[in-house]
Amino acid sequence: MRSYLGLYFTRIGFSVATALIGVFFALPLVWFIFAPFNPRAELGLSIPEPFSLANFEAVFQNGFAMRGLWNSLVQSVGGVILVGAGATLASYALSRSPIPGKSVITYILLLFSSVVSGSAAMVPIFLIINGIGLIDTQIAVILVFAGGLLPTAMFILRDFIDSIPKSYEESAMVAGASPVQAFFDVALPVIRPGIVVVVVWAFVSIWGSFLIPFILLRSSEKMPASVAIYSFYSEAGTPIVTLLAAYSLLYSLPVVILYLFVSWKFGFRFFGGIKA
Amino acid sequence: MKSFSLLSRGTGAAFLAPAGLLIGAFVIAPFFWVIFVSFTNRSLLGRTAVDPDFVGLANYFSLFDAATFFTRGEFGSSLILTIQFVLLSAVVGQAALGMLLAWMLRSVPRSLKHLTETVAIGAWILPEVVIAFAWFAFLDYENGTLNMIMEALRFPRGDWLLSFPFWAIVVFNTWRGTAFSMMLFNSAFSSIPPSYFQAADVAGASSWQKFRDIGFPLIRGHVVTDLILITMWSFNVFTPFLLTSGGPSYRTEILPIYTYRIAFRDFDFGKGAAVGVVVMLINLIFALFYLWVMRRRAKGVAA
Amino acid sequence: MRIHLHAFWLSLAAATTFASPTISADLSITCRCVEGGVNSELAAWVKKSVIPGFTKMKGDAVKVTLTEFAGSDEQLTQQLALDFSTGAGPDVAGFDGFLIPSFVEGGLLKPLDELAGDAVRKWDGWSHITEGSKALMSYQGKPYGLSLGTDVRVIFVRADLLKEAGIDPASWQPKSWADLLDTARKLKAKNPDSFPLQINAGVPMGEATTMQGYWMALLGTGEEVTDDKGRYIVSSQGILDTLNLYKTVYVDEKLGDQRAQLLGDGRNRTFANFRDGKTAMLLESDWFYRSVTAPDSEFAVENRDEVMTWAKMPAKEPGKGIRGQDFVTISGGTGFVLNPNTDEKELAWELLAFMNSKEQLAEFQKYEPRIRIRDDVEIADAPFLAETSQALLPLTTARPNDAKYNAVSAEVQRMTEAVVSGELSPEDAMSRYRDAVIRIVGEEKTVSLL
Repeated sequence: MRSYLGLYFTRIGFSVATALIGVFFALPLVWFIFAPFNPRAELGLSIPEPFSLANFEAVFQNGFAMRGLWNSLVQSVGGVILVGAGATLASYALSRSPIPGKSVITYILLLFSSVVSGSAAMVPIFLIINGIGLIDTQIAVILVFAGGLLPTAMFILRDFIDSIPKSYEESAMVAGASPVQAFFDVALPVIRPGIVVVVVWAFVSIWGSFLIPFILLRSSEKMPASVAIYSFYSEAGTPIVTLLAAYSLLYSLPVVILYLFVSWKFGFRFFGGIKA
Repeated sequence: MKSFSLLSRGTGAAFLAPAGLLIGAFVIAPFFWVIFVSFTNRSLLGRTAVDPDFVGLANYFSLFDAATFFTRGEFGSSLILTIQFVLLSAVVGQAALGMLLAWMLRSVPRSLKHLTETVAIGAWILPEVVIAFAWFAFLDYENGTLNMIMEALRFPRGDWLLSFPFWAIVVFNTWRGTAFSMMLFNSAFSSIPPSYFQAADVAGASSWQKFRDIGFPLIRGHVVTDLILITMWSFNVFTPFLLTSGGPSYRTEILPIYTYRIAFRDFDFGKGAAVGVVVMLINLIFALFYLWVMRRRAKGVAA
Repeated sequence: MRIHLHAFWLSLAAATTFASPTISADLSITCRCVEGGVNSELAAWVKKSVIPGFTKMKGDAVKVTLTEFAGSDEQLTQQLALDFSTGAGPDVAGFDGFLIPSFVEGGLLKPLDELAGDAVRKWDGWSHITEGSKALMSYQGKPYGLSLGTDVRVIFVRADLLKEAGIDPASWQPKSWADLLDTARKLKAKNPDSFPLQINAGVPMGEATTMQGYWMALLGTGEEVTDDKGRYIVSSQGILDTLNLYKTVYVDEKLGDQRAQLLGDGRNRTFANFRDGKTAMLLESDWFYRSVTAPDSEFAVENRDEVMTWAKMPAKEPGKGIRGQDFVTISGGTGFVLNPNTDEKELAWELLAFMNSKEQLAEFQKYEPRIRIRDDVEIADAPFLAETSQALLPLTTARPNDAKYNAVSAEVQRMTEAVVSGELSPEDAMSRYRDAVIRIVGEEKTVSLL
């Protein structure tokens, strides 16, 4: 009896605490729910009267900004395909082949990538891209992101694959499947939830980033939304709050939709095993 | 059954090739360039752009020069600031808050769980320029939401970005990144067989006792992974720049922002590269430290 | 080492790209100019006048495009430096003259005549450009580009606020720093919430801190950033006086808006303060008049012709300014340079020369009236421009034409920020400045006057 009461109070206490933390996470975003629909929005929080889509109309007329959303999509999808496919194949190979010291390799790559993700490596990356003649191309952005994100993606995926028993594929191979068939028909469906995590993470990373496209691209018609958003700053660099809010909402929609879709389809969490 | 490898060497190599090429070109090559350049005085402008000299460890010595080490705006002060930033916002903020949330979410009503998860994940997945602007509006002195709340509660307004810039970016980074730890711990907890907890319930254990004796020890490996990743990410996070530009007076100039200034405002690539290498070594030390602590504690429990 | 690297990149490039023969010539221009955004007038002029005119002259085989760069000055410098070091980038690029020495030393720019040869030497425009204007985009006597015009710095004044405080704006001209501070104190007493006097300082404002703020004060003490032998002055009474002026304004008496000097968007805050009547005296370049407060722009001052006037910046005391002057100012200039690696050297020069032809500059006056570098282009009908240039061009000074100036300037910005935020005393800030500058240029290139 006492323990039931205890459980009950724990539940209430946890609910209150969770709600408070939830409010902490929600507060900075509240402004974004109202400002896009308020043609007179300022930095202060105010409920629009009346609700209006005027800000969005103005944003839709900015061709540079709308093309930015499309470019972001191209770069993110391209990067995600390379990261997802590359990381799945590589981490499967690392997990299932007898390479000595493979966890050390993954970890060293992870540390390397931390150096490269800092701004110190922007210069060599620029030089490499320029050397292979890809400056001012979307493919350059895609390749650089894929390279930079792969080590972490492999780090996450390899632990995941390690936690899946080898007997799955072994029994398929005993039944006569080739190793490649075993991978595609048996292992891949089991790994899929892990790939989803990596894909979402990679998409979100590319979708939001500024520095790499900014350094590697030149023409305004190739710039992603993270750069195009600066067209909603005035002459002197002050934000045009109304348009910026509306554009930010549009810019945020794809990742929100992706999250909702994935959480509806798979339940958005890490499945099973990330472990060191 | 004898253990045999599932992939032949050839197939394994073919599977590794795409990732290997990309990582080789855009991670390993730039990495060694950074190491190499950190021993030169190469810059983008001025004489040393055309004709850089090999300077040995001079860049590293200048970073650790005792005369200026603690001066604000120099490497040492930025390093100390960054370590504080990482400990407070990543280890205490993201990991501990994420752990607390993940634990509590197990026993709160479903709707509240979904709602809280959604806002926390929203903070994590929205693009950084959007987030930075939202916080800019949130913290604005004249009209910001936070000061509106402060006034409603009869507290004085705060000039957050000028009076408490460091705490502003610590809270900001906690807010931004907690979702990752929360999700990771969430799935780790749910991989523990429910029967373990049911047995503890029967024995009348409190939530804290269950956490201490069952939950935490069983997900220790995940904690190490989480700490390694979020420490590394926080050491590299550039988003606070969009909020404070590193100011006022360098009080929020964490190492990524410092590196950016050295490499891209002063165009001093040699020194910027040296900072990148030092940051990597610090990440390595942190990672080894986490692994060591966890191994030691695991032994202690086993004994 | 450089040669090795180059050979490596070249072989990489050769292996992976296919050279495609160019049939028609493409030229690209980049500037920090966006129609409807920053430097809108410049973008409009290039798009509506320069490009159509040049295409008409050269025929359809030549295609000129303008890339409107929307980022900050620093970001553009960054991109151009990377581009010029690798052979990428626009053929003609907007450029701030004070960066020329460091770019040249870095091998990132070539003299115009080295690029396009006789066509440059024989250009008829040179005879209409004064040596001073040429110097704005030159280094060691060689021109690397052409300037769009020069500028001067003054105190912009809100006449209406002065009147309210019982001062006659028409005759108001401070003769010393004490005069300036007295007026500020009167205005502050009249309206304690206002920030009557704004002198730029701090890191976020970048070169605007050094030019609009520090130089304008320092010149009034009779000093420059370097001495007459080109050595950087690292400790002196002039520096201390300047820093103490900042301390009086921002720390001791709160005559200026301290937050605006520390926050990232500070320069806009100072513009807004002036527009909203919170600041009565703002030190700025004539760009503030030409572009920032122009009618219909974001910081347009309502009823500008009546409420906005200007005064010369006084020396600390009469006759104590640089060269014994009573009043001081400083000039800089932005313009266009040629990409050192352009494939179309002659054509790129032709475009630059065309932009600086009498007809095109006269056309530019319709978009943005300004003093142009050519003496055969009429000064636009704007009394402000005529008056300021007449009064101030004879008094003006230029920044040192030195590759290290940019780095030293960043230290100036840090020094002023330390004082304005109240973090360091003027003495401590100067001693930190001395150490930093010695590290940048070496002790033998510095001098201490104390």
